[in-house]
Amino acid sequence: MQTRVIGKSVPRKEGREKVAGRARYVDDLSFPGMLHGVTVRSPAARGRIRATRFEGEIPWHEFTVVTAKDIPGKNCIALLIEDQPCLAAEFVNHPEEAIVLLAHHDRYLLEEARRCVRIEIEPMPAIFSIDDSLAREEIIWGQDNIFKSFHVEKGDVDGAWTGAAFVVEGTYETGAQEQLYIEPQGMIAQVSEAEGVTVWGSLQCPHYVHKALMVLFGLPRERIRVVQTETGGGFGGKEEYPSMIAAHAALLARKSGRPVKIIYDRAEDMVATTKRHPSRTRHRTAVDRDGKLLAMDIDFTVDGGAYETLSPVVLSRGTIHAAGPYACPNVRIRSRAVATNAPPHGAFRGFGAPQSVFALERHLDRVAEAVGIASDELRRRNFIHEGQTLAVGQVVKEKVDMNGLMGRAFELSGYHAKRKQFAAENSNARGAIKRGIGFASFLHGAGFTGSGEEYLASEVAMEAMADGTVHILAGSTEMGQGTNTIFAQIAAEALRLDCEQMKIIQPDTAYVPNSGPTVASRTAMIVGKLVETAGLGLLKLLTDGGFLRPGYTAADFSRACGEYVAKHGPLKSFVKYEHPRDLHWDDQKYSGDAYGAYAWALYVAEVSVDIRTAEVRVNDFVAVQEVGKVINPVLAAGQIEGGVAQGIGFALYENVVWQEGRMVNAQMTNYVMPTSVDLPAIRVYFEEIPYGRGPAGAKGIGELPLDGTAPAIANAIAHATGVDVRRIPITAESLLEMLEAVHA
Amino acid sequence: MPKRARKIRVSCEVNGDAASFEAYPMTRLLDVLREELKLTGTKEGCGEGECGACSIEMDGALVNSCLVPALQAQGVKIRTIEGLAIHGSLHAVQQAFITHGGAQCGICTPGMILAAVNLLARHSQPDDTQIREGLSGNLCRCTGYMKIFESVVAAVRRAETRA
Repeated sequence: MQTRVIGKSVPRKEGREKVAGRARYVDDLSFPGMLHGVTVRSPAARGRIRATRFEGEIPWHEFTVVTAKDIPGKNCIALLIEDQPCLAAEFVNHPEEAIVLLAHHDRYLLEEARRCVRIEIEPMPAIFSIDDSLAREEIIWGQDNIFKSFHVEKGDVDGAWTGAAFVVEGTYETGAQEQLYIEPQGMIAQVSEAEGVTVWGSLQCPHYVHKALMVLFGLPRERIRVVQTETGGGFGGKEEYPSMIAAHAALLARKSGRPVKIIYDRAEDMVATTKRHPSRTRHRTAVDRDGKLLAMDIDFTVDGGAYETLSPVVLSRGTIHAAGPYACPNVRIRSRAVATNAPPHGAFRGFGAPQSVFALERHLDRVAEAVGIASDELRRRNFIHEGQTLAVGQVVKEKVDMNGLMGRAFELSGYHAKRKQFAAENSNARGAIKRGIGFASFLHGAGFTGSGEEYLASEVAMEAMADGTVHILAGSTEMGQGTNTIFAQIAAEALRLDCEQMKIIQPDTAYVPNSGPTVASRTAMIVGKLVETAGLGLLKLLTDGGFLRPGYTAADFSRACGEYVAKHGPLKSFVKYEHPRDLHWDDQKYSGDAYGAYAWALYVAEVSVDIRTAEVRVNDFVAVQEVGKVINPVLAAGQIEGGVAQGIGFALYENVVWQEGRMVNAQMTNYVMPTSVDLPAIRVYFEEIPYGRGPAGAKGIGELPLDGTAPAIANAIAHATGVDVRRIPITAESLLEMLEAVHA
Repeated sequence: MPKRARKIRVSCEVNGDAASFEAYPMTRLLDVLREELKLTGTKEGCGEGECGACSIEMDGALVNSCLVPALQAQGVKIRTIEGLAIHGSLHAVQQAFITHGGAQCGICTPGMILAAVNLLARHSQPDDTQIREGLSGNLCRCTGYMKIFESVVAAVRRAETRA
């Protein structure tokens, strides 16, 4: 298909403002009479609130003080359910739970005041691990500490063990990971009788915040307004937590009668906001003599923290991705999200899949070893093909070519030659540097799972102004990943115009329709398709009305818009998502068409390990993926490179240290993310098989790179050192212990 | 409540213009720039000198403005991201960041661009190692740095073709 702007690296829509320092983030805004707000949190992980005292030489009368008693509606942050309080009233369930809010115009005095609020807690027994939660000696949530569980069943798993030549078992763990967007979270709120509640802030999902504020204030839809300011990274971290900060700022604004700004500093952002769920996966796998998979029995558990938040959905995605891009006739996946007295874990790019994919891809290398065949050969014998069924019973209707991706990735990385060369060098040389190469093959579903998109029923609007400027209206947010630019490209392509003529309207719930949350690799594929349809709708109005004829120029289009508007009034197009009729999902059995389309990938990592210091360096990284039509090559490669970098952090550096449910290394100094000197060349390649239902054939891409990076590195380290890696992050400390065990 | 020091008057040059402000001696220069001088292009990412989002040039040296007390600004020449474009025409590094995908969310971008400009002032033809080391005090969570390196290389190439 000949495209005009799709497939071209048009420059980022808001790029000029960003490089000039003119883009306005929430902390860059200031309102007349504005106060600053802070949060006073629980001093204990679990207990009953006994007393709150305001001590010290603080002019308390100058402060606005808010507690649970000041909440006009329901005391909760409404999300899937309403279990998480906005401010703890009687009990606390984790050590960062908010209890009191303070506002004052002087931020320095405010900080001193925060330290002078004494909260007395009568402690209750708390639990901090998956095992303690499952032991149920303390019930801290619901009847059984379980937020959600799933059971996926395909074929006859129980009947498959007896015929197996090999049965391989293993347990794998992943740690928490902080999103670490460089812009900390923040909100400004204003509340008035005339205008209701308005918040401006750094966020991914304006309509999530909108819903939470409606419940908290007991106000109708039109009395709440949420505006997204320029957002300095999200990665899932600004999916659900912004509702909490918006709620806090709005309560302070309501009581003080002034605008209130809450900006978290880095330490508060790290301790209080959500992180990637820690996980544990148990695999039991049956294979025949040739390494053909006979049965996979997978048990997947994630630690959800103290409240449900998004844990059921994270668990769902992790569960569905747990069996990978393989055709196995018999699969059982049992999974659960459990409660602990840590701050709730939440959305982080990949959303459960990086956890279960790490386990699977590490495990399959071990299965290959048990069978005595190469790990790539094991994958090749089990890769799924068009027409075969995934674990959840979805028949793959895409032209999937995992073998092709593998071939290309291996050629680009020199995999086979290096695999042999390194093995030889490592066994012969007396040197302390061991080298290894490993890979992971994986898939990632785009859009909400199962019936999710049907329930969301996303909407997009487009309006052509009299001068021919086209406004794109959606709740989908730009947070660096390129929403503005690709929406402009998709609309421009549909209208056969240039991107410059497209204008993205700032997400503001008072003006834009709800196009669903900006999550789940759904913006390009699902919302992008609505943008495309809206564009075609505008065009149809103009051509059907005789205002525009084929072969038109930009000037013709502008003139036609002017004429249409003069004659009929506003020229608008409005599109609502319609779920494809051939996609079926059974929420009870948890089976069916989990996703409309998948991205498919194979990543190869090359590492060197200094066995004296256990320092790991990633020397080369090749990422090959099939994501449908690539809308913007520079932006798409940027997504993969950034995701791989986060995956390298997940694999090697990013270690959350917990003490009684509290993160104790909440600084960029001691929570380490990759810098420019830590990363290899990240080499990104796309195969493009257009997906019929994506805009111009595009599929989702954003989360994909987080899934395969860590297991590729873990497999490379295992190849280099012989260490049977079972847990990430593989910090130098943990690797040193494992190396000592191998050589003991 | 502890007694505070008295405010002092500080005079310096910011982006080529004379600037004067009153601040407590230990107020962070970052806050002065953002709040007193309304130069919000300089960002705060961590407040402890790790992330480099608040990078500025002070007498030609790249510094984290969150670690500089206001009193140290007396008599110095400061350059922030707002001082990089000349008469609305972007600096070659800024232009390269747009063209080559060096900016995603944009929050590290002002500091990153100043770090790149500062690097190019010291090494007009930096090699890969020099680029990586020159930017190692500036964290970016979006790009994985690859497109930032490409942007710096492209800016150098552009300067060459112009020379």
